[in-house]
Amino acid sequence: MKSWNRFKNSYLLYSFKRDPVAIFSFSVLSALVIISILAPVLAPHNTYDMATIDIMDAETPPSWMEGGSKSFILGTDIQGRDLFSTMIYGLRVSLLIGVGAVLFQAVVGILVGLLSGYLGGKLDAFLMRIADIQFSIPYLIVAIFTSAIFKLAFGVGRYAELAVPLLIIIIGMSEWPKYARTVRASVLGEKNKEYVEAARVIGISRWQIMYRHVLPNTLTPVLVISTIQVAEAVMSEAALTFLGLGMPITKPSLGALIRAGFEYIFSGSWWITFFPGVLLIILILVILLLGDWLRDVLNPKLYKG
Amino acid sequence: MFAFIVRRIIQAIIVMLIISLVGFSIQHQIGDPIRDLVGERVTPAEREVIRDQLGLNDPFYVQYVRFVKNACKGDLGLSFFYKKPALEVIAAKAPATIELVIVTTLILIVISIPAGIYSAIYPRSWFSRIVMAFSTIGVAIPVFLTAIALIYLFGVELNWLPSYGRGETVNLWGWESGFFTWDGLKHLILPSVSLSSIMLPLFIRLVRAEMMEVLETEYIKFAWAKGLHRQRVWYIHAFKNTLLPVITVFGVQLGILFAFTILTETVFQWQGMGFMFLEAVERSDTSLLVAYLVVVGLIFVVVNTIVDIVYGFVNPMVRIAGTK
Repeated sequence: MKSWNRFKNSYLLYSFKRDPVAIFSFSVLSALVIISILAPVLAPHNTYDMATIDIMDAETPPSWMEGGSKSFILGTDIQGRDLFSTMIYGLRVSLLIGVGAVLFQAVVGILVGLLSGYLGGKLDAFLMRIADIQFSIPYLIVAIFTSAIFKLAFGVGRYAELAVPLLIIIIGMSEWPKYARTVRASVLGEKNKEYVEAARVIGISRWQIMYRHVLPNTLTPVLVISTIQVAEAVMSEAALTFLGLGMPITKPSLGALIRAGFEYIFSGSWWITFFPGVLLIILILVILLLGDWLRDVLNPKLYKG
Repeated sequence: MFAFIVRRIIQAIIVMLIISLVGFSIQHQIGDPIRDLVGERVTPAEREVIRDQLGLNDPFYVQYVRFVKNACKGDLGLSFFYKKPALEVIAAKAPATIELVIVTTLILIVISIPAGIYSAIYPRSWFSRIVMAFSTIGVAIPVFLTAIALIYLFGVELNWLPSYGRGETVNLWGWESGFFTWDGLKHLILPSVSLSSIMLPLFIRLVRAEMMEVLETEYIKFAWAKGLHRQRVWYIHAFKNTLLPVITVFGVQLGILFAFTILTETVFQWQGMGFMFLEAVERSDTSLLVAYLVVVGLIFVVVNTIVDIVYGFVNPMVRIAGTK
């Protein structure tokens, strides 16, 4: 209750209520998240259940067009699955991988950043050199290479089976240096402040100071980059899947639907690509807008342009 | 300055060694050079003999040193699918990618600089607002969606432009070029426009932000006070100082542009290095994959090093940072 009151009077909520863009993108994003969580309840068809799919329904246009069917609002894809339901399940997969990858990279990056910033010395030089080297190569290239190698190492079938955890690891591994650097920078700023010294004087162990005292004070910048990282992870997943290095078409994410639909665009079935594409853009856009707003509120110093 | 260059080059060599180590471990773990050489019909005993002859039973580090030595001589192994040296295969595909990147760069420069400058000078005009709205939304659109939309509009619906392949090319001293035929140029339009669409928002914002910052500085105020013509203040005094950070960022982004060629080339069936890489993955052509990894790594390292050194010349502060 106390923390609720603190939240109610906070600057964060105050500026949120005054920013129509933030309110709009937050409501769209929460709607999308709720829809994806409730996918099994909301979707008119269960697209994972092979028994309900009829290949004869394939490439049915959206219901308002000629040849459309009432039971498929946005038409069907190439396998005869209801596109609307498939998109809801796809949104779920995309969000799951996006959030999972960000959690993964945050854990790795925060750990590295904390150790490197607080302990310093040779370990710091070593870890930061690795981060620098990886940072000099674009994350998308790292992700594409890692997924290609994983695909060769695991074989196509096994890779498709393990696609969700593997993609979380791949995208996470390609982006952790960003967290490591951010956390290290704020640890360096915090570790010489009086409260850390005071804790040291009382005789609290290094590790406890690191986790209980320094870490909480470095979390604001982490929160700021996390939002934008989710958008980037969703985009990476879509890109990898579009290249055929991500989710298989049997468990489609939004990227997989776009990839599958692209092959049929020349025969005029534009909706298979169009609707998932629009949903993907909306998802990324609202996360980015929310991230921009959060950055401006929590860290006005960073604001430029 | 000399010490800075040396330090930077040593760093680049270390990075290249790490990349080659990664590449070599992949080949060591996943690749099977015997299969690449002789196919399936050879008995295990004979395979073992060949393994010994090729030195594949040597310790890891001996093989790694041999790999690096060969790589320095330009030998990155044989491609299993093409039955040719991997480097030769990459060299044959490189012109397509390089031409795509060149045209994309031109589009970026021609659009982002005027648009950025205009929206910095007149931030409140309707054109600037449209430009800014476009660059906000543009960041959220993945490059393959732009490409698909362009293909659908210009390739399928209007049937104005070709949507796959390179079209007619001319062979100039071994360089397959699409620059000199009408058909080749027409094939370049859609891929390069969609590739540039992903960098455009960033560059417009960058040029605009830098220009706005420069316009606030003292020397610009002084130029106004001298009564110089507006055109001169904007395009000569202010613009020159906007360029420096823009060029630096561009150097770094050039590497990222190469990453995105993989996506663009897939959509447009563009016969470049990125398309070749994905084919190599499909065909489990490990040596070609590793060769591509090393070549792309080299491109990044060289570009980054050059950008850093050039920046070191221009901005003395960089030279000092990093020394202890």
